[in-house]
Amino acid sequence: MSSEAGGYHGADNPEGEMERAVHGRDVTQVLGFALLFCCILFALFFLGTILYFILSRGLPVISWEFVTSVPRRAMTKGGVAPAIVGTFYLTVGAMACAIPLGLACAVYLCEYSPRTVMVNVIRLSINNLAGVPSIVFGLFGFAVFVKVLGFGVSILSGSLTLGIMALPGIISASQEAILAVPMSYREASLALGATHWQTIRKVTLPTAFPGILTGIILNVGRVAGETAPILFTAATFYTRGYPDSIFSEVMALPYHIYALMTEGTHPEVQTGIAYGCALILLCLVLAVSAVAIVLRQKQRSTYAA
Amino acid sequence: MSQSGYALRRIREKIYKWLFAVLAFASLIFLVGIILTLFREALPVFTQFDILHILFGRAWYPTSTPPDFGMLPLITASIVVTLGTMVVCVPIGIGTALYLHELASSSQRAFLKPMIEILAGIPSIVYGFFGMVIVAPFLQNALGIPTGLNAFTASLVLGIMATPTVASLAEDALSFVPRSYREASLALGANRWQTLTRVVVPAAGSGISTAIILGMSRAAGETMTVLMVAGGAAVIPTSIFDPVRPMTSTIAAEMGEAVMGSPHYHALFAIGLVLFLITLAINIVAEIISRKYRLKLGLGR
Repeated sequence: MSSEAGGYHGADNPEGEMERAVHGRDVTQVLGFALLFCCILFALFFLGTILYFILSRGLPVISWEFVTSVPRRAMTKGGVAPAIVGTFYLTVGAMACAIPLGLACAVYLCEYSPRTVMVNVIRLSINNLAGVPSIVFGLFGFAVFVKVLGFGVSILSGSLTLGIMALPGIISASQEAILAVPMSYREASLALGATHWQTIRKVTLPTAFPGILTGIILNVGRVAGETAPILFTAATFYTRGYPDSIFSEVMALPYHIYALMTEGTHPEVQTGIAYGCALILLCLVLAVSAVAIVLRQKQRSTYAA
Repeated sequence: MSQSGYALRRIREKIYKWLFAVLAFASLIFLVGIILTLFREALPVFTQFDILHILFGRAWYPTSTPPDFGMLPLITASIVVTLGTMVVCVPIGIGTALYLHELASSSQRAFLKPMIEILAGIPSIVYGFFGMVIVAPFLQNALGIPTGLNAFTASLVLGIMATPTVASLAEDALSFVPRSYREASLALGANRWQTLTRVVVPAAGSGISTAIILGMSRAAGETMTVLMVAGGAAVIPTSIFDPVRPMTSTIAAEMGEAVMGSPHYHALFAIGLVLFLITLAINIVAEIISRKYRLKLGLGR
């Protein structure tokens, strides 16, 4: 860099050398930029291929009957409605566990957190919980909720397992939103005589709410698509109808795709149905994340204004 | 306000503080719970078999009599697939981050960023399904190999899946590089590529290495994609095109058929324990690096 940079500015350097140096590094720059562009193109190519195949082969399978009726004739006919409903229950259950805990944890860490060793330990454990492989959550849920606590393979066990898995994500999203609230808001509230808790409840949390909501929605999408944690805690290949209590096992869209591809007796028909399930799952998950992205875009423009 | 009113208020404030403090311990409790559960359920197998034999035994025959629980084939498979994944996702992910953060115009970014976010939002089961029905048959025909479900295909699909993780973490690292660094370099006459490769990337270096390490941890712990795409043979692979059975997919595939309380059941928890310890180690390394990096740039914690 130094020699070329010197060549560029030094008036006494021969002009030809300078031009060659400048030309050479410009060529490198163009090649380098092209390389980076190829990287992103490769990722986009894969995205396009995935979307193309799932859409083109999934759409013909989808019909009103497919999304609203129960499977018939050993999974070769009928629909996957119980799986859609099951995924809905599991996601709602997981969020019901994770949101209160995660929010409380974020509030404590951002608003109260005395700078003690314990707070650092909590931070460290959140980071590490976020890195635990999903199948290990499945093992934990199986050993604790299914066996020790005796909930069996059920919506409850699955929701708790998924909830624990979603916890770090909810905490860090809420933390980010709470930290984004300007300090002056809190100071103004405290100066007016409000207590710490009143400030949190009436000033900090309402201001942070849109950000928290975005974070939660993003996590909803992730939880809905998870398979490994529910493999042994909640999911089953086939139920006769819809689940009737939180202690019944359920069909779930992600698990259903896996089961269709690995079990059963009619592989050809099942692959078709799996395309349909994949399309429905993809649409649900992407619709949820799209909502979050739009919300975030809106917030950015409000903050900017 | 009366004296008692103040006292009441102070007590209420204390109660809220303690309530939040207790709830905040939830993640610690769950982490400890996971560790305890894994140890408790895994220990019986270590009393029946030598720990070295389990970790480095070359034969995984859980259902034969007598069973053998050598994990080496599974550990090797995990390592091979993880390294393969890194070969794909590190260049693509970092290239994507550099392009998005340093080169793309704002209109390009408005289009490209959501695309990468969609890639991140696709559930792993869909990647696995796509790998199984599209990528594997395609590679099998194109390369003339006996089966498309192998370590190579798994690495490729996992690599694409891990790309958004690496890209978004690397982008964060890039955004921490002060603007003045770039301006100083450009003012000295360096062009944009030189500024990028010799100033911005080295300055973001530890942040980018954190991104790589966390991508690695994600790849090592990923289950559904490898379960569907890696082929599932519990043998030490001799080539990248051999079918393999990494640790995660072994647990997922065999837990359903393992008899509760049998050596097989405990051996699967032992795999979970090893897997947990490996990812824990990786995460701690990432944590240490990112802490140092934040201190270096004066960002604090």
